[in-house]
Amino acid sequence: MKPPSAAELERRKIVSINAETVTDVTSTDYPGHYPGEDHVWDLETFRSGLRIEFHKNEPLEASFSVIGVDASIANAFRRIMIADVPTLAIETVFINNNTSVIQDEVLAHRLGLIPFKGGREGLHTFLKWKKKPAEGTDDNNLFDYNTVMLSLNVECTHNEDAAEGETDPNKLYRHASVYARDIVYEPIGRQGQYFSGDDIIAPVNPDILIAKLRPGQCIDLTMHMHKGVGSDHAKFSPVATASYRLLPTIDILKPILGPDAEKFARCFPRGVIALDKVTRQEAAQEGSGYEGHEGELKAVVADPMRDTVSRECLRHAEFEDKVKLGRRRDHFIYLIESSGQWDSDAIFLESIAHFKEKARKIEQQVINMVR
Amino acid sequence: MSREQYQIPTGGSQQAFGGASGSRDFASESLGVMFYTCGDCAVRVPLEKGAPIRCQKCGARVLYKERTKRMVQFEAR
Repeated sequence: MKPPSAAELERRKIVSINAETVTDVTSTDYPGHYPGEDHVWDLETFRSGLRIEFHKNEPLEASFSVIGVDASIANAFRRIMIADVPTLAIETVFINNNTSVIQDEVLAHRLGLIPFKGGREGLHTFLKWKKKPAEGTDDNNLFDYNTVMLSLNVECTHNEDAAEGETDPNKLYRHASVYARDIVYEPIGRQGQYFSGDDIIAPVNPDILIAKLRPGQCIDLTMHMHKGVGSDHAKFSPVATASYRLLPTIDILKPILGPDAEKFARCFPRGVIALDKVTRQEAAQEGSGYEGHEGELKAVVADPMRDTVSRECLRHAEFEDKVKLGRRRDHFIYLIESSGQWDSDAIFLESIAHFKEKARKIEQQVINMVR
Repeated sequence: MSREQYQIPTGGSQQAFGGASGSRDFASESLGVMFYTCGDCAVRVPLEKGAPIRCQKCGARVLYKERTKRMVQFEAR
């Protein structure tokens, strides 16, 4: 049996997107699917097929393509980024006084969700997990290497400098709004070496509104931060979102010309379809569909990555059988939005390290199983 | 968001409550006197045992209990 052609291999990678259905969803590159073909997993084949291309790499947002992996692997990275990469977040709140209208438990919950930043070395290497105290002991396991202390102490007062007839509470009173920037970090022990100057532990977004006060009301509390993972609580997740999508493909099967081409371009987000002039060469070619159309506009695919796969073009009769939409099954376009404690690309690298560690653990379990 | 086990408040945090807490003192605190907050003028009203329930400043008869001076611990969840 002769090996499949390159075109056939390419066709197998495409998920078909039809007007009302999505077909060829599952991958077929595993042993036993195609008679006479091997498809056994091989490290060298995988290595030569794997590619990573960055589209955008900013501290708070990264977008990149991972090409040549199975959906299970791509999804594992996404899940690890959301649920297994540790971050520091407020875990306990000790409220001495809270006379504001916001209830203690709601206030504590709001505080817990505020993302914090700090010196990377201190956050990732100096700070360790806080061990759960053993059952029935008074030992609370609080040390400088596992607990970060914060305090919030604000009191609302009248602002004597306010203009006559002022109605804006923020000008009429001092501290009418409590913001995340009012939270004060209190270094303990060796923490001063890691969290000082620019590396101080502070909210990523200082303008987060925590509570509103009126004169006479006050909030006085201290907080403990610990390391945790997103699978425990969403506040520990290092990403605002981490997601991937498959690369869209648009194949124009028959020429789309003239006003149709302009309409076709409008079926897609801006920049996906470009309009080119039909060249003399193309017009001269017999059976190309361009004969006698020299100089007219034709639709060409410029950037399928920007497509949202709205399938709008499949709703119009004039494009029937002229276009084929699909997605590439092994091309994952990730979008990672960091919540600020990690660099967005570092979250992905960390997820790979976690993945390796998990694989190592399961390998040991399998070895124990067959023993 | 359950109330966690009670922890004995420390001296430092206790101090921040009393006078500096934002409510104005109507009279100096002494033993055996309970403080309430006036429902009308929000002043701190000291009441002795058996005294009429009345704000000494504005005469309002609605008085509110003050918040506990104990520290309360919450999980930020």
